[in-house]
Amino acid sequence: MEREPVEPGTAATNVLERQIAGLDALEMANRSQPGPLRRMWASTWPVLAAIAIAIAAWEIVVLSGWKPTYVLPGPTQVFPQLGRDLTDSSFWAGLGLTMRRAVIGFALAIVVGVLLGAVVSRVRFLRVAFGSLITGLQTMPSIAWFPLAIMLFQLSESAILFVIVLGAAPSIANGLIAGVDYTPPILLRAGKILGLRGFALYRHLILPASLPAFVTGLKQGWAFAWRSLMAGELLVIIGHHTSLGVRLEYARENIDTQDMIAVMIVILVIGIVIDRLFSAADRALRRSRGLDPS
Amino acid sequence: MSATTREPERTTAPPVRIDGVSKAYGTGGGALLALDKVSLSVTPGEFVCILGASGCGKSTLLSIVAGLDRPTLGTVDVGGARVGLMFQEPALFPWLTVAGNVELALRTRGVPKAERRRRAAELLAAVHLDGFGRKRPHQLSGGMRQRVAIARALAQDSDVLLMDEPFGALDAMTRDLLHDELERIWSERSLTVLFVTHNVREAVRLGDRVVLLSSRPGRVVEEFPVPLDRPRRIDDASVATLAGRITDRLREEVGRHGA
Repeated sequence: MEREPVEPGTAATNVLERQIAGLDALEMANRSQPGPLRRMWASTWPVLAAIAIAIAAWEIVVLSGWKPTYVLPGPTQVFPQLGRDLTDSSFWAGLGLTMRRAVIGFALAIVVGVLLGAVVSRVRFLRVAFGSLITGLQTMPSIAWFPLAIMLFQLSESAILFVIVLGAAPSIANGLIAGVDYTPPILLRAGKILGLRGFALYRHLILPASLPAFVTGLKQGWAFAWRSLMAGELLVIIGHHTSLGVRLEYARENIDTQDMIAVMIVILVIGIVIDRLFSAADRALRRSRGLDPS
Repeated sequence: MSATTREPERTTAPPVRIDGVSKAYGTGGGALLALDKVSLSVTPGEFVCILGASGCGKSTLLSIVAGLDRPTLGTVDVGGARVGLMFQEPALFPWLTVAGNVELALRTRGVPKAERRRRAAELLAAVHLDGFGRKRPHQLSGGMRQRVAIARALAQDSDVLLMDEPFGALDAMTRDLLHDELERIWSERSLTVLFVTHNVREAVRLGDRVVLLSSRPGRVVEEFPVPLDRPRRIDDASVATLAGRITDRLREEVGRHGA
């Protein structure tokens, strides 16, 4: 047995303090994680491999001579075309128009989705009445809204925005509703004991608790918004610049398949990049709360 | 709000009085009676352990005392005392840091911002967690999280601390150290503690008094004073002897449901 320094009155407390600190130290060990660079590489190389395989498969199909190259050009023709597009200012002007529509439409969808989600999750009657309807709206292909949008707003920016909002808002509202619904009951009890009521309950407990589900809703909403926008640009051909969708349509009409596929690649990459940004935000959020097992 | 100015107030703080409390869930023939005329009086500064098998309604009883739930019949009077409640889960907010969790409790009590930080640091030091304030709850072990929960409950400046099997999910060694820790905090701050457990030895280790509840419905079967000197250890022979007696009585109660 080790002997303790005799300090009347405090010796027992010191021993307890040291024992507790010792147990804490033992339990805190083995909690290190691999570094960020390692983690990033671990998630990046499978993606790079997948892209390489996809391009190889594409080239093989082209080389097989299944279709003439003016119908289906290979990567060796499309990528130089993509390079030419990326150095062309009119391409960037069109891309700017498309992105402006995407940002405005998505922002509107967030406003509508948050208002809708807040009201529906708060009012029990609306909850019962509209809860499943909102989910039902998500299954509606956004392109099916366009005839109505064109009737309401003619061939205009408003028609495109209308469809983006209808496509994205339900997902965003659903994300918020799910977050509010799944606030852990034990935390609600703890919050009540702490004296959180009314607005403070929302501010300090329910909103932060529902943030991960809300971000998931944003991510899904973005995917819907992007699809709706592309459908809209193919149907509603307006604007001073050649937006991505219009460029796609023109390329098809001119049988400029190289440019068509180059534009498709741009559309795909933008969708993926923004989706990844949302995923990264989602992961960072979950990791900071210890919800991420990896 | 400092501890020194509060001391005299403590000694005159009213007791917790639970008077003929019954709680039924549902109505009519399918109603389930969780608590049946439970009466219990706790004097200020007393450490009372409530012991019972599954279905004795002990968590329901604490919820009622905490004001989270209403009794079907009977009354609970805490005489205006501030009541804190801890659960088996630490129930910390995962989006806040350890210090942030404690500070939120101070904030809802209206402690000004500048003072919150200082008080939170003091409270974390009181549960031996100095230096962990900036961690997130998930970065700590279960025992450490439960200590943060204690610090948060203390931040509410409660006169009465209700604990619902707070150490039930911890390993034996951690639990043993937390018993010492809780006993120290209780005696330093002259808290009144109502501690629910199904661990007989834990009840005898900690309580001034052990109240045995029957199951389905919960009724007070018997009260056991614990006339043992503190500090105690869970493996003291005297603790084991009394725990043995209480266990026999508890088994008798449980056996009535087997027939």
